[in-house]
Amino acid sequence: MYPEGLKYAKTHEWLKVEDNEGKVGITYYAQDHLGDITFVELPQVGAELIKGKSFGTVESFKAVSEFYAPVSGKVVQVNKGLRDNPELLNQDPYGQGWILVVEIANPAEMEELLSPGDYEQWVKQQEEVE
Amino acid sequence: MLKITALHQIHLSLGARMIQFAGWQMPLQYTSIPEEHRSVRESAGLFDLSHMGEIRLQGKGVFHSVQRLVTNDLAHLNPGEVLYTPMCNSQGGIVDDLLVYRTDQEDFLLVVNAANTEKDYAWIEKQGRGEAKVENLTDEFSLIALQGPRAEEILTELTDLNLSQLLYYHFTQARVKGVNALLSRTGYTGEDGFELCLVSQEAAKLWNALLRAGKPYGLKPIGLGARDTLRLEMGYRLHGNDIDETTSPFEAALGWTVKLSKGDFIGREALEEQTKEGIRRKLIGFQMESRIAPRKGYALFVKELKIGEVTSGSFSPTLQKGIGLGYVDLQHTSPGSSISVGIRGENYPARIVPLPFLTPRINRIGRPCMQK
Repeated sequence: MYPEGLKYAKTHEWLKVEDNEGKVGITYYAQDHLGDITFVELPQVGAELIKGKSFGTVESFKAVSEFYAPVSGKVVQVNKGLRDNPELLNQDPYGQGWILVVEIANPAEMEELLSPGDYEQWVKQQEEVE
Repeated sequence: MLKITALHQIHLSLGARMIQFAGWQMPLQYTSIPEEHRSVRESAGLFDLSHMGEIRLQGKGVFHSVQRLVTNDLAHLNPGEVLYTPMCNSQGGIVDDLLVYRTDQEDFLLVVNAANTEKDYAWIEKQGRGEAKVENLTDEFSLIALQGPRAEEILTELTDLNLSQLLYYHFTQARVKGVNALLSRTGYTGEDGFELCLVSQEAAKLWNALLRAGKPYGLKPIGLGARDTLRLEMGYRLHGNDIDETTSPFEAALGWTVKLSKGDFIGREALEEQTKEGIRRKLIGFQMESRIAPRKGYALFVKELKIGEVTSGSFSPTLQKGIGLGYVDLQHTSPGSSISVGIRGENYPARIVPLPFLTPRINRIGRPCMQK
């Protein structure tokens, strides 16, 4: 559910680093928690993300939520397929459901992100709170 | 204490995600809301509606008591027929909306909203029942709905009845797989279908038999999530959202359910006044230009002017757009008009559309939808 090779934010986004760029999506837990996703609102290419700040909105049948930036940087690519097929976030959260690619401004920020094992622990804690 | 239905264990073993609804633990979804929604529109779905209330009124003079409680006219309702009607307070506000089953000249079963069962029962008692007996049978009965274009074929597998003879908004006593049930051709989805009211001890047996018989037809269990999107696409009002004690049937565009000519009933004076003085707001349906979903409480605008508020909204799995119901000032109700919905501080374009959003597919039974 939480693939190796990705870094995870406590706000339930994942980051896949390739050179100085990072691909961003939401985790299995996030999409499962939201339920069937019906709508997403995403930033434009060129927008600046700030770590920890909202960069978009996601709606499911039962909830409205936000995406939070796992790192700061400029958006270089956005998954346009999500506009008409937001269900890809449910069906393939680590693959076709990717959200955007960001040019990582400050690699040191990644140190705060969690490993798959630590993220899984974090999710378990969240589930206990519920 | 949360109540559970007789099918609770079955829901859990089917892997349902449960939610609290009107004091009950009910299935929200078994697999996915859009998938379940599609099952009902394309093949068939099975619903546990045992949280709905059943109130029986019987005895001498009870026809007049029920006639006084509701705004629609029971005079032409024969035993074996069902009628949709609001039940109003003296101000013409809707206490609840319900189905009246006439089982005999002086014997009626009211199927009411789960959230209102206790209130309705108290209200009915308070209005005076003469010699009639009023019973809240909610805890003894279960209600199972089978809805969708394949519903008749599925049910035919389990009963000797000729179901093509059972018309829309009619009911009969039936034996289904050895279980006695009150079987009506009714529903809240806009599809052809049936509702089965039976004693709770038999509910699991009937549910399992239906699910098994329906499998080859694509029958799936359906949770309250898809129940809400299905009803919304048909523009069916939900009490507590789209109608309540502060809205009148005229405001709710349910004027066809008010029969002022039938004689006295509770709320009559106030409603008659509304036909003379007019109303200021009315319920409309609107469709968003995108997939964004309107939700209860969001403001509706024409340009910068606020004209009303959303009472129900969702993404429509069939139309693939956001849809909603809401009340707007009377001068802004024309279908086709452009409006906008205030969502998270921004205005998103929408258009007023005639209700229902989809054409109901129950006309083939011989009567148009909801008409009496």
